[in-house]
Parts: sequence; structure tokens; C-alpha cells
Amino acid sequence: MTKANNTEHYVAPYDAGVSFDELPDSAPSSPYRPSWTGWLGIAVVGFWVFIAIFGPWLAPLGENDLPFPDDYSEFQVPRPGAWLGTDVDDRDILSRLMYGAGRTIGISFTATVLAYFIGVVMGIGAAISTPRVDMVISRINDAFLSLPTIMLGLVVVAAVGSSIPVLIVTAGVIYATVVFRLARALGQEIMVMDFVEAARVRGEGRWWIITREIWPNAAMPLMTDFGLRLIYVILFISSLSFLGLGVQPPQADWGSMVRENLGALSYGASVIPVLAPALSIATLTVAINLIVDDVSAHSGGKLSKRL
Amino acid sequence: MARKHDDDVIFEARDLKIHAVRDDGSELPIVKGVDFKVRRGEVVALIGESGSGKTTISLSALGYCKPGLKFAGGEARLLGQDLTKMSTEELRPVRGERVAYLAQSAAATFNPSILINEQVTEAPILHGSKTKEEADAKALSLYHALELPNPDTIGQRYPHQVSGGQLQRLMAAMALCGDPDLLVLDEPTTALDVTTQIEVLKAFKEVIKKEGAAAIYVTHDLAVVAQVADHIVVLYNGEIKEAGPVETIINKSEHPYTKRLMGAIKPLPEAGLGEDTEDLGRESPALEVKALDAGYGKGADGKPTTMVLRDVNVAIERGKTVGVIGESGCGKSTLARVFAGLLPPSAGDISLDGDLIAPDLRNRSREELRKVQFVYQMADTALNPRHRIKDILGRPVEFYSGLTGAAKMERVYELLDMVELPKPFAERLPHELSGGQKQRINLARALAANPEVVLCDEVTSALDTIVGANVIELLKSLRRDTGVSFVFISHDLSTVASFADEIVVLYAGRVAEQGPTDKVLSPPYHPYTRLLISSVPEMRTGWLEETIADKATLTGMASGVELTDTGCPFFARCPMAIEGTCDKIEPPRRNDGAKHIIECHREIDELMGGG
Amino acid sequence: MTTLILKRLGIGLVTVLAVSLIIFFGTKILPGDAAQIRLGQSATPENVAAFRARLGLDQPYIVQYLVWLKNFMSGDLGASLASDVPITNLIADRYQNTVFVSFATAIIGVPISLALGILAAMYPGTLYDRTLTLVSVSLVAAPEFFTATLLVLLFVFALGVGNAIVVGSTEGKGFFELIAHFALPITTLCFVIASQLIRMSRAAVLNVMSSPYIEMAILKGVPRGRIIFRHALLNAIGPIVNVVALNLAYLVTGVIVVEVYFGYNGLATLIVQGVQTRDYILIQGLGMIFCLTYVILMLIADIAAYASNARLRHPK
Repeated sequence: MTKANNTEHYVAPYDAGVSFDELPDSAPSSPYRPSWTGWLGIAVVGFWVFIAIFGPWLAPLGENDLPFPDDYSEFQVPRPGAWLGTDVDDRDILSRLMYGAGRTIGISFTATVLAYFIGVVMGIGAAISTPRVDMVISRINDAFLSLPTIMLGLVVVAAVGSSIPVLIVTAGVIYATVVFRLARALGQEIMVMDFVEAARVRGEGRWWIITREIWPNAAMPLMTDFGLRLIYVILFISSLSFLGLGVQPPQADWGSMVRENLGALSYGASVIPVLAPALSIATLTVAINLIVDDVSAHSGGKLSKRL
Repeated sequence: MARKHDDDVIFEARDLKIHAVRDDGSELPIVKGVDFKVRRGEVVALIGESGSGKTTISLSALGYCKPGLKFAGGEARLLGQDLTKMSTEELRPVRGERVAYLAQSAAATFNPSILINEQVTEAPILHGSKTKEEADAKALSLYHALELPNPDTIGQRYPHQVSGGQLQRLMAAMALCGDPDLLVLDEPTTALDVTTQIEVLKAFKEVIKKEGAAAIYVTHDLAVVAQVADHIVVLYNGEIKEAGPVETIINKSEHPYTKRLMGAIKPLPEAGLGEDTEDLGRESPALEVKALDAGYGKGADGKPTTMVLRDVNVAIERGKTVGVIGESGCGKSTLARVFAGLLPPSAGDISLDGDLIAPDLRNRSREELRKVQFVYQMADTALNPRHRIKDILGRPVEFYSGLTGAAKMERVYELLDMVELPKPFAERLPHELSGGQKQRINLARALAANPEVVLCDEVTSALDTIVGANVIELLKSLRRDTGVSFVFISHDLSTVASFADEIVVLYAGRVAEQGPTDKVLSPPYHPYTRLLISSVPEMRTGWLEETIADKATLTGMASGVELTDTGCPFFARCPMAIEGTCDKIEPPRRNDGAKHIIECHREIDELMGGG
Repeated sequence: MTTLILKRLGIGLVTVLAVSLIIFFGTKILPGDAAQIRLGQSATPENVAAFRARLGLDQPYIVQYLVWLKNFMSGDLGASLASDVPITNLIADRYQNTVFVSFATAIIGVPISLALGILAAMYPGTLYDRTLTLVSVSLVAAPEFFTATLLVLLFVFALGVGNAIVVGSTEGKGFFELIAHFALPITTLCFVIASQLIRMSRAAVLNVMSSPYIEMAILKGVPRGRIIFRHALLNAIGPIVNVVALNLAYLVTGVIVVEVYFGYNGLATLIVQGVQTRDYILIQGLGMIFCLTYVILMLIADIAAYASNARLRHPK
């Protein structure tokens, strides 16, 4: 307990040998540890990735095989042999779901990677190029950004037809515009940091500055955004498939499965053929979002009540 | 001093403890049991470096803890009520009414969307202690008392429409409008220029006296404390190290920590006492600029749209230090950027070792780049947060001298040793270092190039007093050991004076005065240099009153910098200005011998007086 | 500020032009040409050539583009390749459903979502806030047809009200009857925009709440209500209006999926039909209308942000 009566001179006891070191800056942040929602997200995403990769081997039947060839009627209720029932064409829903996982996740993931490749290269390129070049690229990009993504997708599919490569490239290019904007903003933010200027004053070349100074600092925020972007691409691809403009029958894909079986709802036959693929998409995207939210809550600091 | 009755006590901290709550729920003590009292009419200063807990303690007088902190024990009694035990609802009538707060940055503290007057009068009207008319009248009288320009209309403006110094004073009006018993001032002048600081200090001091309030004044600046406080409480790491009346602490401090704090403050050297380094003969200067014009943007005629520097001539002799001083916006950082080749000048020559070099760094050879190194103000942003110290230091070593592997690491250790840091630091990341340590690494990186000239841009401004003083000591020993020349840029005249052989005083992009340190700091002065010197707070009580009494100084403080295209830029603030001459004609360069140059219309003889 | 708005309007105009270029030339890369599609495989080359001349398809692309743009601005969107009916007639038959559903979504969904979001920002960290955040985090990532399916399950199967698929005529129905008629699509879209709106309005208010001037207001003893409504909301209005406009723009996507899901006729189903039949004149016209709506909403978002900024409203 330290005393300080104002009128008197108070001197705290001290040890002449002790020096008064500079107090340390705030303690280094602890490494990311997921909360329970984070773990839940990781578990669900892990499950779907596993199914996406091994689905075709694990599936009880082929995606277009009929579990009950003799008993021909659509929308059968679940029973042994078809644990989730059958769809509009009497095929096994469980097997189609497992085949579809690979297609939906594979297309979306590849498209997102493509979007990142294009967006990051162009974005960081624009950030370090001359203002004029930067302006031209950014204006063109803004024009694309000001279109609803689904509209762009519709026009492309109308023009060249739908196939898996077309879907990947279309989604990749459309979402590259968003990544471009983020990468450019990040690049510009880092470009004006003193350590980048220090590298320029040292005489470092452009390549060194991009790979050693800018990239390591841009990678982390971009990773978080990758998750978010992946969600939007999954929703985009699924929506296109749902509209009948994405993955084409008879190939299975979660979005097109919802479309094919929509009749089941109106007939009141069964909800599973529609619900199962829709639920699959929702669990996957929600799980990714849980992880993203958990990670950004960690890096953004906790909110506390102050009022 | 007569023993006062205890009903005079406005605020009292009793064994006050405040803890930080970590994410995992564990607690870290920030304030470790602090006792002090504030009596009516008294100003008590809490002084310490960052991390000492001074702001946290001061906020306890409002019953407030920053997010992530909590009261962990003891009492904070305001007029007999223990604020630490009160709920938010119970505290509401106390805050803004019995006790008011003044923050460091007025610009951030005013709501950008609400008229100033509404914010100033908000607290008393809400608390019902004043009617709207009474509050408006009180605010108006405060605007007058605080000597704000256009006091009758200033309240009808938005915060972004008035200057920083004015906003700082308006915040004082906001705090005082409810006639509080206690004012809490948290570094209220730290963000201001020296010449503005005096004016604001003066306004604060007079108003506190007139309103008869008690105050807690939080600062890291002992010289400022000497001007405003009656009592001083010295804090270190959440504990009181020494406390007592101002005179006692300043003149008869006993605790080693207080002594170190005092020791870190460099008084302005008397004329002739400037540090002398050996003269290394009359060879060509290491770095020199002649007839330099520079600015930003590109106008139609190829000249910059905003001129920042005009007709600057500076020569940095080998092994010498040139200090560049001026207020914010005077162009001192721009000058460093021109030297470094980051901003090619629009006119003038730059030469290195007597040879002209390219104005743009992209056209300079690696050898030329090596010779001129830049040290940034903010070590936080100057070091790549993703690189380890060994890479930060190792890269320039490898880049300029081609050393790799063990030889490179050897040099890295040598550099760490030069800046007095232990070897294991090589493996650390920048965020694992304290502010002072980062600034040392920043310096070491410049030295890694074996440079001839190191450009230091405000390298101590972001550091605490003691840490900054240590960095200056390090710079001095480096200069002795390496023979490197320094350009030392700062807004702090006493720091520059303690380190530089020559001083360049910049005002609005022009050299007002330049020459050897002792010549610049002694008459004849440029009127602006004189203003700067008299604005540096001295570590004694009564200095503020003396300075304020000096009418000549006050004229200069009353207004801000205005850039002019014709005549002398200092005209509007100059007590010796000649109407019709100074505002029309560019001032001539007057030479007082020994390379001492003053740009002024007044004769050398006229510039001798006062100071 | 006026110059800023004019500049923004100028950018908007340039964007619209760029969009028209993308849509026009995007549909031009369509394999096969319009005349062939319209007349079918059996048409003689002479017929095709004559038809091409009638549509102006023998002109250079740039001329075709300018003619198309001129026609679009004068309200002539051309005739459908599939049915030869003027596009404007097709739109006139269908637009009511789309406009009604979007409008109803906006007036029901926006105020509720904003209230929920701002309430969450007022009590951060409470159970209410965390639940709402978790729900909106989940909803934002769920596809429209998942939300729609859940609603169908709930209303049609569990509660036995509403229609799984909207059928029948809307003619002669009053406002509230229409709301009931379209209850499921409207509710689905409300959920779609709500998830984003809640999150973004909460973030906008919280962002303002963490600023030093709010701390100052706390330290002045200002009551909580006044802190929120006078100090915080005033500064959050710009971001919030921005959020609203952006989310209404997102509705464009949602409307397409919802119309197809519930199978009622609207502009969105029309454009999907256009894509399936490769009726590129239909796609061009409708695409432009959708994109214009989107661009205008974005424009409003930005201008709202300028207008709410005191610095821009009251320059030095």
C-alpha cells in the first residue's frame, strides 16, 4: 500500500540496485483457439470435405442407379436399400447426395481458387502500378461489380451453354472482381507502410517488395475472406443449378437435386428429396461461416459492454 | 502550508486497485493500491510513462474503467461517495456534473454530427442543474474566458470547422460548463505544437483558478506539470513512487525513478554549450542540397501544385549532426524525403560526397542508396511485422555488402550489440519488442548499410521521455564510434539542441534561420526562433507566467501558420513585422558570420534584443 | 458536396453504359444467330437473310449497339425471338408480381431487421445479441431455397396454412389478400435480406459506439437512450442507409430464385425462360432493367452516405 498525503513528501521504499525498465508494450496476442462454434464449424466442414473426396467410393449405389428397379415409383419413403428414399426418377437420394458433394464442393472450391488467383494478381498489380493503370483497371472492375452476379452468370450460360468448366471459369471471373477490390485495398494499405518505403529506399526490386513485404502481410486477411468468398461461390453455383442453368442432368449436384425434386413438395409426397440437398448446402455454408466468424472475432477483438 | 480540514478533500483514492481481465478470465493488476487526495482549488498531477496506469487512475475519479478493466479493491471517493461501488445509473448524475473529463484528442472527442454548443451545454441541461438559457450564457462566458476567436458564433459551428487548438479549448468549455468540483485532464496539450500548447495551458490554468475547481492533471511531461500543478504524484507500473508538492519533487526528488525522469529532460543549452564534435577538415560535405524547391502534386506548368519547401540550402558535414526544427507542416519531414530520394525536388541539386546524384531514388546506384539511410518516426510501421529481427537486419547487410550465412549473422549480432540489445533478440518478431527496442532495431537497420548519412525523422517523438533520452544517448555514442553524419528532424527544440552541431529552423517551408547550434540559440535571433525558444517549457514553477507576461511572445502564439506566396511567411505572427515590407517583399538573407544565416528584413542589430 | 454527388452521378452513368456494353456484347457471343433461332432449322437462306436485314443484324456491331441503346432509352426493347411478342408487352404482363413481392419485402423486412440489429448493438454480448448473431450468421450463409423449404415445411406441413406453390390468379385481390397470397415468397425474401441487414446494421452502430465521442458522452453522464439516439444513430444513419440500399440490391438475386422456387410468374422467371430458349433480345432488355435497378440502388447508397456526413454537408 502506497501512501501519499499531499502536504507531505512521500517517497516509496526502493532498492538502489533495481533499474526501471521500459514497461513492455501490450502482451503478444495468444494464438487462435477455436470456440465451440468454431469447433462445430470445423467438424462439419471436415465431414463434408471427407464425403466430397470419398463419396463416390462410399456411396451404396451409382448416382443414376435405381435401388428398386422392379418397384418403379418416384419419391419412395426411406427404407433399407435407400436410406433417404428415392427421387423424382426413382434414384437413391443418399448416393446422389454423396456424388453431388464432390461436384458442388469441387466446382466451388476450384472457382474460388481461380477467383483468388486472378483477383490477387490483378489487385496487388493495380496497387503497385501507376495511378493511371490502376484507375483504368479499377473502373472496369467497378462496372462488373455493379452487376448482380446471378445476372452475369445467366448471360454467360445463355451465351456458351452450361458445363462444369464453364461454371468454374464464370464463377471464378465473377468473384475475382470482389477479390480484386479487397486485394487492391490491402495492397494499397500495405504499400504506404513505412517498411515498404524502407525497402524501396534500400533499392529493393518490385518482385522482392511484392513477395517479401506485401504478401506476408496480406495473406492473413485474404485467408479469412477466402472462407466468405467460398460461401458465396457455393451459393452462386447452387443457385444456378437450382435454376437449371448449372450442373446438367443426369449428373448430381446439390442445387439441381433441389430443382429436380421440387415437385415432391407440391404433391406433398415427401420432403426429404428437397430438404436433404438444401440442408447439405446450408450445413456446409453455415459451418464455413461459423469458422470465419470465429477467426475474425479473434483477430478483431472481443466486444464488451460499456454502457 | 497550513493543515487543511478534511472537508476540503474533493477526491480521494484509498488503496485503489484496478485489474485487467484477460480473455481467459484471469486478471492482471494494472493499478496496485494507490492513495492520494485532491483538495479544493488544487491541481494534482499524475505523472508517469505509458503503462504506469496514470490514465486508468484518473478515470476512476469518474467511476469509469476502460473496456477490459475492472475495479478490484480500495475506494475512489468523490465528495465522500465511493464511485467504485456505484452502478452506471447512480454514476450518471455525478459524471459531467460533479466531475468532468478532458481527453487528449479533442478532435476525436467531439461528435462530428452535432453543433459544438449543443455538446458543450449538454451535461448541465441533461442533469437539470442549468436551464438552456443559463447553460448557453455560461458557455458564452467560457468562450470569452478561453479567448476563443468569434466567441459569439463559434458554438454554432461543427467540430471540423474549427482548428485543433481551438477544439482543445472548447473541450475545456465543455468540461467546465456544468461547474464541476473536479476536472480530470488527460494529456490535454500533448497533441499540440509547442507554441499552441502554451496558449492552451494558459487558458486552462486561468479558468481552473477562476472557477475554483480542483483538478487531476495526467501527463508524461514534467515541464508542463511544473507550470500547472500544486502537487505531483509519480507513478511507475501502477504504484506511487514519490509524491509531494511541486517544488519538492522538482528540486529535491529522492526516489531513483523520479530522478531518472528528471534526468531525461534536457534543458536548452546555454549559448556556447552546444555539444562539440571534432572537425574533420574541410572536405566536401557528406550530403548537400542547394536552392532546393519541393512540393506535392503536379501543376500545368510542371511545378508542384502545393509547394512545401522553397529555396533551401543545407550542407551536412562529415561526422556532424544537422538538426531540423519547426512546427508540424513546416516541411521538415519533406526535406528528409527529398534527401532520401523519395520526393524528387522540383528545382535544386542534391550532392553526395561532392558529386551530384539523381533526385529520384530509382535512378540512384546501390552504392549511393547505401550511403544515405532513413530512420522512421513510427517503429511500429517501419518494421515488417512478419519478419524476424535477424531478417530485418540481415537483409540490408546481404543487400549492400553481399555477406551471407554465418558472416551475415555475425554482422547482425554486431549490429544488435551496437544498439545495446542482446543476441537472442535476433529470433524475435517486432511485436515482441517494446517501443524503445523497436526504435533501436530501426536504427540498427540503417547502420547495417554502413551509411555516411542517417536521416532521423522524429525518431524519439513517439517514445516516452526516459526511453527517448536513452535513444538520444545511443545516437551520440554511435556518432562518436562510427563517424556517421546525422540529420535529426524534430519538433522538440531541446532534443535537437542537445544533439545537433548545426540547426536549421524551418518555417512554412522556408529556412528562417540556420547555423551552428550555439549561434542559433543565442542572439541575434530570427523572431520565429525567439518564439520557439521561449515556448519550450522550463522545469521550474512560474515559467508560464513569465512567458505569458512577455507580450511579444503572445503575439506569435495567437495565430496559426499561414502559407503565403509573397513576402515573409512569418509576417502575420511576427511582433517585429514591418507593414508594407515584410508582407510584400521576400526577406533578405543576413549573414552573421560563421555560417549563421537569418532571413529577415530587420537588421542584425535589431534582432539582438530579448530572449 | 454538390460536386461529389455530380461526380457520383457521372460515375453511375458511365457504369450504366459499361453495363449496357457488357450485356449487349455478352449476348452477341451466343452461338447461332437470332434469325436462325427465330425461323428454325427449316428456314431457307433467303428467308434468314431477309430476317437478318429486318432486325438490322447485317449492320456492324457498333451500329447495332447504338440502335439498340437508342431504342432501349425510348422504351422499345424489341420483340421476343421465341414468340415475336414485344418485350414490353411480356414485361407488362408480369411485372406486378415481382414489384409487389420486392416492395412488400422492403417495407416489412427492412424496419424489422434494422430494429433487431440496432437493439443487438445496444446490448452487445447479451444472450439476445449472441442468439441473434448466431441466427443471422447461419441465415446469411444458407441458400434461399433452404430457407424457403423450411418455411414450406413449417407453414404448409406443420401448420397447414399457405400454399407450397403459389398458383392461381392474383386478379381482383386487395393489398392484404395479396400479402397472404405471397406470404411464403415474401417471408423467404425477408429472411434473406434480414440476415445481412441485422449483421451490417449492428456492425455499423457498434462501430460508432466504440468511438471516443461516445465514451465522452458516457463520461458526461448522458443517459443511454440519448447516447444511442442522439449521439450514435446520427452518425450511423449514413452507413445504415448504405446497408439498406445494398441489401435491396441483393434482392435481385433472391427474387429470381424465389420466383422459380414458388413457381409464380414474374420478371425473374421470364429471364430464366429467356436463357433456356436463348432468346437473347429478351435477355438484353430484362438484363438492362435488372442491372439499372441495381445500379440506381447502389447510387442511392453512396449519396445517402455523403448526405449524412456533417463534414460534407457543412464544409469549412
